[in-house]
Amino acid sequence: MLTKEQIAKRIAKEVKNGQYINLGIGIPTLVANYISKNLDVVLQSENGLLGIGPFPTEDKVDPDLINAGKQTITMVPGSALFNSAESFAMIRGGHVHLTILGAMEVSENGDIANWKIPGKMVKGMGGAMDLVASAKNIIVAMQHCSKDGQSKLLAECTLPITGIKCVKKIVSDLAVLEISPNGGFILKERAPGVSVEEIRSKTAGKILIEGEIPEMTFE
Amino acid sequence: MINKTVKNAAEAVADIPSHCMLMMGGFGLSGIPENCIQALLERPISGLTIVSNNAGVDDFGIGLLLKKRMVKKMISSYVGENAEFERQLLSGELEVDLIPQGTLAERVRAGGAGIPAFFTPAGVGTEVATGKEIREFDGKLYLMERWLRADFSIVKAWKGDTAGNLIFKGTARNFNPMMAAAGKICIAEVEELVEAGELDPNQIHTPGIYVQRIFQGVNYEKRIEQRTVSH
Repeated sequence: MLTKEQIAKRIAKEVKNGQYINLGIGIPTLVANYISKNLDVVLQSENGLLGIGPFPTEDKVDPDLINAGKQTITMVPGSALFNSAESFAMIRGGHVHLTILGAMEVSENGDIANWKIPGKMVKGMGGAMDLVASAKNIIVAMQHCSKDGQSKLLAECTLPITGIKCVKKIVSDLAVLEISPNGGFILKERAPGVSVEEIRSKTAGKILIEGEIPEMTFE
Repeated sequence: MINKTVKNAAEAVADIPSHCMLMMGGFGLSGIPENCIQALLERPISGLTIVSNNAGVDDFGIGLLLKKRMVKKMISSYVGENAEFERQLLSGELEVDLIPQGTLAERVRAGGAGIPAFFTPAGVGTEVATGKEIREFDGKLYLMERWLRADFSIVKAWKGDTAGNLIFKGTARNFNPMMAAAGKICIAEVEELVEAGELDPNQIHTPGIYVQRIFQGVNYEKRIEQRTVSH
């Protein structure tokens, strides 16, 4: 089983040179730590920044400079600041190449649920609905099963949907899977030490397994 | 130049009545109108509908107005981090419209720009689309969203001049420029107020036409929600 850091590290391998990328809160934020220094990419923060840098040192903390998770950040050289309407114009306009976000559930046709648990959690969707409705490539970072062992990769989502038919790829603590255009989770890679059988048994939706499934690597 | 200055926050918010529609700039606690929020707490008003991306935290920002039961309804995109908010919501004391963040920003922008409705892909196939017109454009589905306008909008800028021109700093800009335009009366509080002519016109983010009242705020706390540092 992968740790959160390992999930982030594996997702970082999906990043390509020249991409503008939006990272969601949680594991996706960690991806920034593992993107190869040889790649030139720009991280977008939907409150209004292109060019998120590392967390500041104590003396450089600025309350007027935060990311979408409200964490204090810095800007890299060449950054741009703008208002939130402009920010979502670039998201909806298809200018952001890659969106990485967390999920509570994903369905076999690529629906994602990650914003609400009726009766329990009422925090709101933030920018997630705009992002999943617009991004060309959406990768989800998630735990394969809930704490009580229920699969979160389902035939259909049970929680309120954030967006439909939008997820392209999932990196869970057990596997890398792609959503088939015809429906179904295509198993691409196994986490080290995790068997195809275990992944199959923990995936409630339709899983497609063809040939040898390689163990994932991180470099 | 038309002079927009008022003395302070108390004067700026003195005529805001109960049951009106109010926009407040800010993302999290960044770029929120701290002075006007304090001044509103002194006013005997309630039943406010507040458009703001977030609802502050328990003891700061809009959270203070919630605690005093001055708010009837919030129109927001993300309201975590506020236990009092959650309590009022679950008990039915507070109404909430949760709106995708980009849709919220664009609805406010549209309000200020005189565009009564627009189509967006955000929320198609979700409960956000309930009751809304859906149309297909070039093979993809979009839903119609209406503009948002307010009786008053309250924004916070870094610098401003007596003509109402505003410059924002960092990510504290967020919803402030769109809200300035979408309020019938826009109140701007700034960290530094200068005479008209002292700001470089090339650098203005919000032109003074949108701003009706401006003053220099005092004692900014600028509280940080998530203080993250590297060593």
